[in-house]
Amino acid sequence: MKEYILSTALREIFREHNYAQDFFSSIGISDASVGLGIEAFLNTLDDSCLDDCGMEREQIVSHFILFMEKMAELKEKPDFTISEIAVVGGHDKSGNSENITLTMKPGEIISIVGPTGSGKSRLLADIECLAQGDTPTGRHVLLNGKAPAYDKRFSVEHKLVAQLSQNMNFIMDLTVGEFLAMHAESRMAPDIEYIVKTIAQCANELAGEKFTMKTAVTALSGGQSRALMIADTALLSRSPIVLIDEIENAGVDRKKALELLVKKEKIVLMATHDPILALMGNKRIVIRNGGMSKIIETGNVERENLELLQHMDARIVELRNRLRNGGKIDFNVGDFFELEKVR
Amino acid sequence: MRFITVSGPPSSGKTSVILKTLEAIRTETHRVGIVKFDCLSTYDDQLYMKAGFPVKVGLSGNLCPDHFFISNVEACIDWAYRKKLDFLISESAGLCNRCSPHIKEVLAVCVIDCLSGVNTPKKVGPMLKLADIVVITKGDIVSQAEREVFCFKVKQANPKAFITFVNGITGQGAFDLAVKLKGAPDVFNLEGKRLRFSMPAALCSYCLGETRIGEDYQTGNLKKMDFEDVV
Repeated sequence: MKEYILSTALREIFREHNYAQDFFSSIGISDASVGLGIEAFLNTLDDSCLDDCGMEREQIVSHFILFMEKMAELKEKPDFTISEIAVVGGHDKSGNSENITLTMKPGEIISIVGPTGSGKSRLLADIECLAQGDTPTGRHVLLNGKAPAYDKRFSVEHKLVAQLSQNMNFIMDLTVGEFLAMHAESRMAPDIEYIVKTIAQCANELAGEKFTMKTAVTALSGGQSRALMIADTALLSRSPIVLIDEIENAGVDRKKALELLVKKEKIVLMATHDPILALMGNKRIVIRNGGMSKIIETGNVERENLELLQHMDARIVELRNRLRNGGKIDFNVGDFFELEKVR
Repeated sequence: MRFITVSGPPSSGKTSVILKTLEAIRTETHRVGIVKFDCLSTYDDQLYMKAGFPVKVGLSGNLCPDHFFISNVEACIDWAYRKKLDFLISESAGLCNRCSPHIKEVLAVCVIDCLSGVNTPKKVGPMLKLADIVVITKGDIVSQAEREVFCFKVKQANPKAFITFVNGITGQGAFDLAVKLKGAPDVFNLEGKRLRFSMPAALCSYCLGETRIGEDYQTGNLKKMDFEDVV
């Protein structure tokens, strides 16, 4: 890459790599598209112009080479796939050994349950920083059965975890279409137009209320934002693990959302107290006093109960829509839910 | 002793990031101290003191904050040696977005926040572009996609840096940063070392206290905007 850059005219580099020009505009040089190589070009600029850029000639050259290398790296597929992630137990807040190994495979949903303050976020943080016995819990995280290489551990390019937090604010002053295109560009996606369309379509299937490509991201409702983020993470993010803080019921088809992530071979970790979400998991991990105290596989009876709960949930949604459309709930709700009267 | 310079726009979360990160370092019996540089006033020293760290404050007043920093930094190192510190952190605000206290062979950290807008990484000068580590804060307030876009823009502005996210409230990510800070090079003294980039040129009549407006009062190093095309 270094030789290519030093020996090629900038105009040529810009033609082959559309993002290269960005580098120069970001240091304040707007007219770098010339028939000269970078070194020769920088020599045509006077010193006061470079002072304004905030970098010396050699710094600009070495930064540009690194920039091009990093961008090229982003285009490459990750160099290995994750077939299994394991969290080997450390100890809880009182120092008692956890004695548990939590293994997770792509396409699995694992819910995390436990009282507030019990250590759920600590577990998520351990996974996020790929703990190697060096966090307060003493846990180890293994990828495909092995400790991850040190340089992989702390690099943004290799982040294993995409986090869908409860905060879903957008601050950028962009439309949905522009925003998704910007994100796709930063991911070096090959066919931006196609991926943008797919994500928007997918998000609209998850959201209760529809939005268009021209809707401003700041104007999306809570449910629409969540739907957009879930679709975006499933289709554009390379991180194999998705951390979710509780998906609220409002405005997002939660079942479809999880199905989408699972279909994309994500490992979904979800902190939740919602019985429907918790039972949707293949297993759930119980956190107590800062430690993993139990792993419960979702049983057959639980699965049957899940169907019933989902059926009731769908009924609640129907009631909600009825209210939304100005209707009344003045019929026999017991019959509606197919329940024995409890009063 | 490890010496680390931390800079970043005002209110980007430098103090919170430093406090959370030092908690992770301190557990290993390292002695850590801080020098806080600011212009007019600061309250951050109280936060550091409350957390039990020795702290010194330097206020530049009406001097260029960067010039003030660099003419005092050696004394800071001496102070840290007298205090027998293992780590010294200097914290300063990049008030003109160009100021950079970064010194060659001294670990340089720049803190920048997600809320400052997606073009901010392009607008910040050597403070961001020549830092070894860029810490992005307030990531929890925006969506995953915006975090990623912001991170990408930082990477474009400084492809060399190690980029990491730290939540200044919960401390998420502070552990990663602590690991990096522990690897900072050992600094014995700064004599003969160089800044990574020259300070903003400041040598005109206004630097010396001139307050009147007009060509007659402007002497020294001046630069005029170009309005040719407006004719």
